[in-house]
Amino acid sequence: MVQDIDIADLKRITELIYSKYGYDFRNYAMSSFKRRILRITELKNLSIESLIKKLTESPAFINEFLDELTVNVTEMFRDPSFWRVMRDEIIPGILLNHKTFNIWHAGCSSGEEVISMAILLKEMGILNDVSLYATDLDVNILEKAKSATYYAKNMDLNEKNYIRFEGKYSLRDYYKEENGKVIFDKNLLVNTTFRKHDLVMGEIFNKCDLILCRNVMIYFNQTLQNEVLKKFHESLFKYGYLAIGSKESLIWCDVANRFLVANNEEKVYKKIKD
Amino acid sequence: MSRFNLNNSYKAVVIGGSAGSFQGITKILSQLPKTFPLPIIMCLHRLKHVRNGFVEALSIKSVFPVTEPYDKEQIKKGGVYLAPSNYHMSVELGNYFAMSTEEMVNNSRPAIDITLGTAAFVYRDKLIGILLSGANRDGGLGMKQIKDRGGLTIVQEPTECMIDTMPKAALALTKIDYVLKVDEIVSLMKEIDKLYAK
Repeated sequence: MVQDIDIADLKRITELIYSKYGYDFRNYAMSSFKRRILRITELKNLSIESLIKKLTESPAFINEFLDELTVNVTEMFRDPSFWRVMRDEIIPGILLNHKTFNIWHAGCSSGEEVISMAILLKEMGILNDVSLYATDLDVNILEKAKSATYYAKNMDLNEKNYIRFEGKYSLRDYYKEENGKVIFDKNLLVNTTFRKHDLVMGEIFNKCDLILCRNVMIYFNQTLQNEVLKKFHESLFKYGYLAIGSKESLIWCDVANRFLVANNEEKVYKKIKD
Repeated sequence: MSRFNLNNSYKAVVIGGSAGSFQGITKILSQLPKTFPLPIIMCLHRLKHVRNGFVEALSIKSVFPVTEPYDKEQIKKGGVYLAPSNYHMSVELGNYFAMSTEEMVNNSRPAIDITLGTAAFVYRDKLIGILLSGANRDGGLGMKQIKDRGGLTIVQEPTECMIDTMPKAALALTKIDYVLKVDEIVSLMKEIDKLYAK
């Protein structure tokens, strides 16, 4: 078993992935990136050298590699107070000026937040007025998100979050259970477009009224956070909103002064300057 | 003559604790000298879905305000930092924090092994690691990493712990420098303060 990885070896891996596959992990936060690589060597029973060899020689391995490398731990209605603020303050604020609008879930992973948003919009009676864009770098996880299928054993936590969100019904009303899995009502996702998109390398593809990117940029260093936040700023309409994780902050980024704090506790920002 | 073999080149103190550690932590934080020269980085097991309250409870008696840092926040002298709920907290080269929502480690998020292990990597022999009372083995491996990188390791005297699984896990994994009661840990912190004042 690999015990630890030198920074030099991590650099070899990121350079290889960049030059061969065009994904740029060179500005990822070091300690979590190292843990992900260690985890892959453990799961696949590889040494560092054999991992590098495999990445060099088997292009088909890259999707599997990306799937394990990216962190796909997420919950429905994570931080219920955040979702209450969305429902009671932010989305009503958007509705004041727009009957229809766009939401971008950047780094949507297995789609739990997309489902949460769709349920929220449905309960507000406006699901059909909103276009959702859900993007991720990892094509395997996008397939999972599209399927809206989750392990039943994870639903306890999601149900508890939903109750604390003070939803109108029961989370159970939105899915059916089959063989230890739950499948959400496909109608929830009729207005959702899933697409592969790389926040680091990718171009801006749409203008939005609300961007959710919670606990994604924590895996980036500050240089990269800064770059990605510029893209978010550009992707927002003026007076559009950006929501980040509860332990993330815009304070030190270049575009900070073009945003206003809309809700400090839940880390929602409003674009006020182009 | 001190019973402890200390120096004045430490850069940080990292503390792990779980069930039964609240009292000990509170005592340490309330008796720190006002000039204490090192940042204190804490990872304590806590309810995963209760974001508020813990840091406030710890702040009441603490000499320094306790904060839950933001992702990429710089680590500063006089800072007393607590890993936020439902995030792992790492120390990064460059002396700042990074948060993550990776899988639970030892059934925990935040996991003590992650905070201790990353701090050991960054601070090497300039780190003091303290592990208090707790009901699972999280932190044992982190203490071993601190020891392996030359840091100073301290666990709470198992007989004083409400639940001694955690310090015993560390004792089983590595040669711990000092096994101390909380009052003795406080004395050690005071000695460190004096070493830096000179």
